[in-house]
Order: sequence, then C-alpha cells, then structure tokens
Amino acid sequence: MTVRGLVKHYGETKALDGVDLDVAEGTVMGVLGPNGAGKTTLVRILSTLLAPTSGHATVAGYDVVRRPRQLRRVIGLTGQYASVDEKLPGWENLYMIGRLLDLPRKEARRRADELLERFSLTDAAKRPASTYSGGMRRRLDLAASMIGRPEVLFLDEPTTGLDPRTRNEVWDEVTRMVGEGVTVLLTTQYMEEAERLASELTVVDRGKVIATGGIEQLKAKVGGRTLRVRPADPGQLRPLAAALDGLGVTGLATTTVDTEGGAVLVPVLSDEQLTAVVGAVTARGITLNALTTELPSLDEVFLSLTGHRAGVPEDAPSAGTRDDREEVAV
Amino acid sequence: MSATTTADDARIPLRGHLRHTGALVRRNLLWIKQDPESMFDALLMPVVFTLLFVYVFGGSIGQALGGGQDGYVQYVIPGMIAMMSMTLSQGVGTGFSQDFNSGVMDRFRSLPIGRGSVLFAKIGVELVRMLFATTVLMVVAVLVGFEIHHWAGLFAAVGLSAVFASSIMWVFLTLGVVLKNAQSVQAMGFLVLFPLQFGSSIFAPTNSMPGWLQAFTDYNPLSTLADAARGLMLGGPVAHDLWVTLAWSVGITALAAPYAIHKFRTKS
Repeated sequence: MTVRGLVKHYGETKALDGVDLDVAEGTVMGVLGPNGAGKTTLVRILSTLLAPTSGHATVAGYDVVRRPRQLRRVIGLTGQYASVDEKLPGWENLYMIGRLLDLPRKEARRRADELLERFSLTDAAKRPASTYSGGMRRRLDLAASMIGRPEVLFLDEPTTGLDPRTRNEVWDEVTRMVGEGVTVLLTTQYMEEAERLASELTVVDRGKVIATGGIEQLKAKVGGRTLRVRPADPGQLRPLAAALDGLGVTGLATTTVDTEGGAVLVPVLSDEQLTAVVGAVTARGITLNALTTELPSLDEVFLSLTGHRAGVPEDAPSAGTRDDREEVAV
Repeated sequence: MSATTTADDARIPLRGHLRHTGALVRRNLLWIKQDPESMFDALLMPVVFTLLFVYVFGGSIGQALGGGQDGYVQYVIPGMIAMMSMTLSQGVGTGFSQDFNSGVMDRFRSLPIGRGSVLFAKIGVELVRMLFATTVLMVVAVLVGFEIHHWAGLFAAVGLSAVFASSIMWVFLTLGVVLKNAQSVQAMGFLVLFPLQFGSSIFAPTNSMPGWLQAFTDYNPLSTLADAARGLMLGGPVAHDLWVTLAWSVGITALAAPYAIHKFRTKS
C-alpha cells in the first residue's frame, strides 16, 4: 500500500492535508490519532468510498481512483460505519455478501457456515444481527469482511465502544487474521490497541502525519523512559516516593506511585537523570528488589509529538500497557 | 484502447448484475419476513382509501356523475390502481434513506458490485409490495361492487402502473440519497405526492375544475395513468393516455435514474 500526498478537503476543512504512507505486505500498520485527525477519511479513500481531492494511493497494486472495481475484490472493510444489515440474521448477512462477491450459491453457503463457526457465532446464526451483543456484532463485522479472503483489511476503530473483555476477543481475532498473511490498516485512538496489534505506526493529527515508524522506534525517538523503582520493604514506598519526587527529575510526566505494584514510577529523559535516581536511593539507604526501565507509553509519545494530549474519551482504556521493560542490573 | 477506457476493465457481466440484484432482493424480502408489520401500509392503504372514497364521497360524486355510488365504484377503482403506484413508491425513498444511516450502504459500496444493483433491488421489492397492495385493492373492490369486465385490461392497467411506479421510484430514490434522513424524505415525498394525486382525475372527473387547474391535470401523469387504466379496465379510448403515461415514465427514468445512481456512488 502506497499513499502519496493524499489531500481531502471538505469546503474549507482539510480532513487530509498531504498524507504519505507505506504499508508492507503482510504487516499491520496502525494509524493513531485523536477524533477528527482524518483517520476515517483516509480509510474511506483507500477503500474506494471517497474520492480524494488530490494525491495518489495504490492498494494491493490497484490505484484507488482508477481501478476501484478490481480493488474492491481484494479488500475487506470493518469499521464504525461499514457494518452489517441489522435486520438480517447473521448467516443471511454472510451469505448475501458471499453472493455479492460472486461466490456460487454452494460456496457462499459453505463460507457463511465456516466463518460463523470460526467467529463463534454458530448458535446465533439465525437471529437478526440487531439482537447481538456489541462483541458479537463486531465479530460478525469481522467475519463479513473476511468472506472474500481479502489481501488487505481495513479496520477502522474496530473496538471503539466495546468493554475490555470484548475488546480482547476482537484483538485475538485480528491477531489470528494477521497470522494468515493479511495486510492490515488499523485506525485507533487507543494506544493500547496500537501497541497490541500493530508492528508499524503512523501518528496523525489534523490531517497530517506527524510521525511514522516502528513502535519501539517511535518511543525511542521521543527519548523518554520511565523508571520503576520497587523497594524491598513495601513500608518504604512513601518515603521513597517523597525522596524521588523531591529530586527534581522530570521526564514527560510527573513521578507517580503505583501502590498496587509497590513501586514508584519516575520518568527520566537522560542517563544522568537515571543515575541521579539511583544515587538518591543509595543515599537514603533504601534496599530495592527491582529497578526496571520502561519505554514511554504511547500516550506520552503522542503528547511529546503533538504538544497536546490525544483526544481519548473518558471511557477509553487506560494508557499503554507497559510490557516492554528491560531489566537493569542492580 | 486508451488508458482511460482500460480503467474500467473489470466490467461486470449481465449475469453478475442479475446475481447481485437477486442477492439484494432476497435481503429486502427477508426484511419483510423479519418485520411483517412493514407490509401494513400496503395492506391497509387500499382498504382504507377504497372504503373512504366509495362510502364517504362516492354517493355525492356518483350522483353528479349520473351513476350513483355503484357508478362511482367503477370510476374510482382504476384511479386507485394509479394512486397506489405513486403512494407506495414513496416507501422506496424512506427505506433507502434508512439504509444510508445504518452503515450497511458503505459495505455495499465497498463491494465489487454494479452501481445500480442496490437500487434495482429496491425497486424490484417495492414492485412486489405494490402488486400485493393491488391484489388487496381488487379484492376489496369486488367486495364493494366493482365489476371486472376485462381481465386482460386489468392486467394491462396493473402493468402500466408498475412501469410508471418504477420510473417515479427513481425520483424517490434520489430524494433518499440526497436528503439527510427518512423523515425529510417522507415530508418531501408528500409535497410531491399531494398535488399530483388530488390535482388529477383519480378521484373525480376534471371537467368541473377551473381551466388553469385542468391545464395541469390534463398533463399530470397520474391523470393519464388513471384514465388509461379506466379505458383498459372499462373499455373506451386508451391510446392517447397510454402514450402520454409511457412518455412520462421514460422521461422521468431517463433523467432520474442516472442521477440517482451517480449520487449513490459519490455520496460521502
């Protein structure tokens, strides 16, 4: 997938203001940005639903403007909008899409059965989609976009509005689909989602790409790290926090106490700051049983790249998971 | 061949169009199966309108016509067939507008199907509804004393109504694409519907109307459709009204269909 200088204007509003993007075959590109950043406009143009004002885009070898029909054969689309017919039962939805993709009747039937089975919807096959729970609906959406065995899959905010458990289900499904070699373009405003699913990341804000690269690379570019300092004696947590807070070390965020994990989190920007933290701990004579550095969360990445917080709604999951920590020898 | 003509080399064969339209017709028929109440209008409208016009207005209009209430039944039933074609066509616009707001349209538009399939399917299903309503109408008509003289004429009248209805449906489909929601489509539909329906020869002969109104009613396609249906079902001159109705149908389709399809594809 290659996108060059893509522009979309709605009157005075510039929904996309010159977007470049490259997605390698078989990888997952996350497009991260707050509401109104232009993510959905981008997906709609790449999936032939919208004509760009200017610029070029090629998906799976087809120009989105000049070869929409061929392109439609090899893409799948799931999103906030491209959904299923609520009044039809799940099976009928899948069968209909199979027929619209020119599968013979028998094959369309087989494919509908197969995908319902795979997405654990067999029991609900005959019920109208309007009776499905949020998670079932999303799984049916995913199944619908998989009928034509697409080469490229567009997932536009696939888990917006889902509860955490259901979100995990959807993520597992997406991970499975990726394992089958599908190229995925995923838009999200959840840092956690991008970290979990995407290998490459493009950060967009107000119709422009503000950063692109591997997730680790982006984090490194921001340069910050967070130190997780855990005292051996949990009773020392408060004194330790007071000591480190008074140190005047500030990275991208402020020092916080993780009571549950029994640790103090100190954001640092440089090796000198890291050493100062270790020095302060030693000076107070506090014994540690763990000292780890973590890469900054994507929330922090976004903040440092744009200068403002990502437009994450209040019900959104918390900031990035911190599972890429490196143990530092103590 | 130049590059611009090869841009469309993924032409969909006729069989493909039929397959797609068939799958979408099935979808719309399943809607009716899931929600039988959606057929209430097609069931009740012919009953209510027939009873209303025959028993409430029928006596006095019939007297003026010189045939009494029984005479009016013969006059108004062919008109009702014409009216049904218009009133039920309107539903196609509101249904279409709902589709757009539900998100399933973007799924369709991202599939490799012809632009027209979705719209043709809508029209096909709406015609099925219309045939159902016409059947109900004829049953009620016979019950209130309508005499069917020419079966062939009746079928011809229904066929002509269907032709006219499918042309007018393109107009409502256009409204369905262009307007924001189903309510505005309905409101707009009534604005089109009312003058055409009542400024016509459907319910009463036009010769007692003022000259300026007659000028309108004479060329109102619903008048010519009603008069053609009357001629076909009761006997009498047909040719002029038939041709005018067909000309309207072709004209409306030629203008509205390409526009509706274009708007459908480019709607963002």
